[in-house]
Amino acid sequence: MPPSTTPRGRARAGLIFGDLWDFDPAPETADPKLKERYDLFIDGRFVRPRSGRYFDSINPANERKLADIALAGTADVDAAYAAAARAFRPWAATPGRERGKYLFRIARLLQDRAREFAVAETMDGGKPIRESRDFDVPMAAAHFFYHAGWADKLEYVAPGRAVAPLGVVGQVIPWNFPLLMLAWKLAPALAMGNCVVLKPAETTSITALKLAEILQDAGLPPGVANFVTGAGETGALVMGHPGAAKVAFTGSTEVGKAIMRQLAGTDRRMTMELGGKAANIVFDDAPIDQAVEGIVDGIFFNQGHVCCAGSRLLVHEPVADRVISKLKDRIRVLRVGDPLDKNTDLGAINSKAQLATIRRLVAAGVREGAVLFQPPCRLPERGFYFPPTLFTNVTQSHRIAREEIFGPVLAILTFRTVDEAIEKANNTPYGLSAGVWTDKGSRILRMSTELKAGVVWANTFNRFDPSSPFGGYKESGFGREGGRQGLLDYSRRA
Amino acid sequence: MTARAKSRIPVTKTPKVYIGGAFVRSESARTFKISGADGAFFANIPQCTRKDLRNAVEAAAKAGPGWAKRSPYNRAQILYRLAEMIEARIDELIGSLVRFGARREDAARGMSVCVDRLIHYAGWADKYEQLLGSVNPVATRHFNFTVTEPMGVVGVIAPDSPPLLGLISMVAPVIASGNTVVALASEKFPYPSILLGEMLATSDLPGGVVNLLTGLRRELVPTFATHAHIRAIYASAGAEERRALRLGAAASVKRVRFADEAGAAWLEDTAQGLDAIRGFVEFKTTWHPIGS
Repeated sequence: MPPSTTPRGRARAGLIFGDLWDFDPAPETADPKLKERYDLFIDGRFVRPRSGRYFDSINPANERKLADIALAGTADVDAAYAAAARAFRPWAATPGRERGKYLFRIARLLQDRAREFAVAETMDGGKPIRESRDFDVPMAAAHFFYHAGWADKLEYVAPGRAVAPLGVVGQVIPWNFPLLMLAWKLAPALAMGNCVVLKPAETTSITALKLAEILQDAGLPPGVANFVTGAGETGALVMGHPGAAKVAFTGSTEVGKAIMRQLAGTDRRMTMELGGKAANIVFDDAPIDQAVEGIVDGIFFNQGHVCCAGSRLLVHEPVADRVISKLKDRIRVLRVGDPLDKNTDLGAINSKAQLATIRRLVAAGVREGAVLFQPPCRLPERGFYFPPTLFTNVTQSHRIAREEIFGPVLAILTFRTVDEAIEKANNTPYGLSAGVWTDKGSRILRMSTELKAGVVWANTFNRFDPSSPFGGYKESGFGREGGRQGLLDYSRRA
Repeated sequence: MTARAKSRIPVTKTPKVYIGGAFVRSESARTFKISGADGAFFANIPQCTRKDLRNAVEAAAKAGPGWAKRSPYNRAQILYRLAEMIEARIDELIGSLVRFGARREDAARGMSVCVDRLIHYAGWADKYEQLLGSVNPVATRHFNFTVTEPMGVVGVIAPDSPPLLGLISMVAPVIASGNTVVALASEKFPYPSILLGEMLATSDLPGGVVNLLTGLRRELVPTFATHAHIRAIYASAGAEERRALRLGAAASVKRVRFADEAGAAWLEDTAQGLDAIRGFVEFKTTWHPIGS
């Protein structure tokens, strides 16, 4: 008689793989070439912060320190803006085809060092190497390559209107896709002829400073791109600096609103890419197995640290039991653990603070009456980890259905009619993305018309491309990144 | 006959604001007096309140989905019809500007630009999508396209002067793409906007698509700023008002755009175009796999 439990003591799930055997470790061993200390990148050079202060960047997978990162204060941010302002005129006057060449070079040099960057990204942020290797780094290179080609075609960006760069742009980016968010912000700004002062998130500064090495290698003129590191106070200095003609921010809605208030008395242009609480909607005629993969990809990609994550599953009642049962089976075989292991599906939570936020919201979900499901899984003893988590019996008023958790936690709701699905999906102050799973073309087009979200994925989820505009409706922000639409947001009328 | 005409007392009009397709007084029953350039009393104008503004937002929100679903061709024809209505009563509108101090030739030029501008945007209604939207050549096997959608209810705060040209120049691009509008007319010269309301009512524009308020900026601007159902603001505003609007907008991540035109700049072709339409649309990108 076959045993009723697996070697790890789990209930048999009718699974004939994954669950039965342990995988051998398959660590990625490429050298991330980290330095012990990372200084600020201002005016084309690495410089020590005026204060002489540094903070630790740790590996969230094991809580070990990776490097010292410079803490930028007022004088440093001033110096970065001054360098960018000096660089602006000559950079804007550089012919587009020449500006483009620098961006092409950056793309190529990044591709050359892709594996090294992927390992550094994974060690610094905790995301699985599979994702940093196959998604973050190649996509970052693609963004430079795409925008490089725009630099000499700017007269085609806005029909009937000549465009010009704005000046110095202040940019603050989050910790979930550190290098990719940098590429999203830097590439279009530079292609248009702007100069940049950018601050990476304090927990994930390393790949930005590694990219600064590439900017040097590419011969990018000093001051065109400046990177200052630090936490929220440094970010407020970058956003509030009088030298900025525009600010672009990606992060939480809460901080985005604070920046909007901070800049209310100025005529500063803004792009805000803020939070989300996307509905992923599965109809009864959907290809269920593909939908389940899409749901998993939607919420567990990058440990759920994704602003457009499909964190609310809306499932059609006729198939709800089947979808939920398959989903439970599927997440039983997700591998949580060492991010550098090539077989890892869920890596480390980015920080201790974020882990606490996830735990707090999950506890609220249980307290408010939703039903928790977590597969049995052994989490590493050190580091920040959270198992893939499903909540059923969720109502629209639950905090886990309203607030952005930014972790591997899926809230499952059901619906009966198309109208109900639309109403529930739109019942949120957010509007960044949405997913629809159905075999019916007219329904896809109806849903994509009615859903108040900047990106709609139909029979797919979490897809990105440099040519595809990304950005939100409502409190998910304004402005777009990517495509012609995103590029135009870095210009003014000439 | 002649004697009777001489002694006849003219029937004066009670100015009412146009909200939700109806002509109403302020719910507060408050008014403020306006006089012509000659100093003589002309009429009492509704002094709209925050409550009137909220009612107008409700009307605009109700009208929104229907207006957005109209075909672009239909919206174009309705904007064109509005231009027809204005052209037919252009002398009355010119008179309303002259009465409050405008030079006749300036008023006449301004009104012809108004009509032409409406036709300009009528023509845009079924064209901007092809210029703002796109099919995007993504690297994966997906069909990916970006279309625009209206933002919803947009608050328009018109300049004091030129009262009609400013108002029409700001409202037209916003409704051309399917948004609905709650507008605050010129505080100094409100009467022409009352007349405009009468033309809107006869232009086939569904009630609630454009709602025109009269009143005091200092009373209404703060509510424009903070009303969460107003999804975007298009304002001609001074530095302090800009700050207040931006501050209020932060609470609900509202889109804010300011009209930089002043005085004669409103007459120029640079005061119109695709840019103003782009300011009040959202971009939506849809992905779908391409089967093997």
